[in-house]
Amino acid sequence: MQKSRALNLGTGMFVLLGFAALFFLTTQTTSRGLSFGNAPHYEITAKFDNVGDLKVGAPVSMSGVEVGRVAKIDFDSKQYKAVVLMRLNDKYNQIPSDSDASIYTQGLLGGKFIGITAGGAETYLKDKDQIEFTQSAFVLESLIGQVLANFAKGAGQSGTGQTQAAAAPGTEKAK
Amino acid sequence: MLKELWASLSESLVALGAVVRFLLRLLASSPRALLRIDLIAQQVYNSGALSLVIIMLSGLFVGMVLGLQGFELLQRFGSEEALGTAAAIGLVKELGPVVTALLFAGRAGTALASELGLMRATDQISAMEMMAIDPIQRIVVPRFLGGVIAMPLLAAIFSMIGIYGAQLVGVQFMGVDSGSFWSQMRASVGIVDITEGIVKSCVFGIACSVIAVYQGYHATPTAEGVGRATTSTVVTSAVVVLFLDYLITAAFL
Repeated sequence: MQKSRALNLGTGMFVLLGFAALFFLTTQTTSRGLSFGNAPHYEITAKFDNVGDLKVGAPVSMSGVEVGRVAKIDFDSKQYKAVVLMRLNDKYNQIPSDSDASIYTQGLLGGKFIGITAGGAETYLKDKDQIEFTQSAFVLESLIGQVLANFAKGAGQSGTGQTQAAAAPGTEKAK
Repeated sequence: MLKELWASLSESLVALGAVVRFLLRLLASSPRALLRIDLIAQQVYNSGALSLVIIMLSGLFVGMVLGLQGFELLQRFGSEEALGTAAAIGLVKELGPVVTALLFAGRAGTALASELGLMRATDQISAMEMMAIDPIQRIVVPRFLGGVIAMPLLAAIFSMIGIYGAQLVGVQFMGVDSGSFWSQMRASVGIVDITEGIVKSCVFGIACSVIAVYQGYHATPTAEGVGRATTSTVVTSAVVVLFLDYLITAAFL
């Protein structure tokens, strides 16, 4: 009897520890916190010309504080724009309706996220509202292309190909 | 030459077919074996709780090595903060399930195989059959299910301890910022990575357990036969685990 009790205790502790570890892995190492899954939320949409590599689940932040997450990214085939559905926490329900949404990059090569900058309107965004003012993702390739094109224009009169190649990374850093 | 090759190939095909048929037989008797939950609990203790020390120690050291090597490598690119991500992804997706399965084959698989082999060699299994007790249901299935239940839990414990090992080396010894260690990990480890790890460890649990009980149950009833069953349990399990690991990784990409 004593032995079987010790055995049950050992088994129970092992199983408990195993599930605690699973719980740790699913909640602590991923961005899927416990609270946000079922937290009361409301949904707003925004249309962007280009979302870059914005992904579902990317954070939506205001002043650097996470207020929600991207829930769905769709394509509007009439206006040829990307429609981003955001799920915002009910705690943050006083966002002015003329706020604007921009897509930023975390760090130099990090993932994309949406930053909302508050406007000045008296009315607040409600469920199913749309943010009118948006700014697209900044796509590194097209920017480099522009810089190179500008240099080519300037260097066309005097420079050679080599100065272009040397100057482009410098500009990239200065920006 | 060609004939021998064909002979050994067909021999291994026969062995594979035998193991799969044995697995199906185990699965068929599993529902009835679930009625004796105490037998299964005892095997979870034998395969799981008794493997805990080796799993936790190995997890700690694997995590610490990962932290050290990862730090050294990432420092060259000036991105030590990604250490948390590197360690967590490496542990959860690959090292956790695979190293746990290899250790499990060495620690619990051999114990299962030699136990069943010795039962076979000392005619205990025949004695059960004579008493009209189905040995598959009474002794094999509980051992199989115990291993299947224990493996995912052991792998999760391994990964958790490993992440703390990497954190110990990276943050405490090497001075990576603790906040960025965890936040970068959280930002880039997805639920799909965890799922991949769990799927892997469940599949490895089934594979390692069925190989161990198959080898033990079908051991030649001699001292040498039991020894051979134990050896081939470890060898077969290691090869099968690494092969399945490749398949599952490819399937998840």
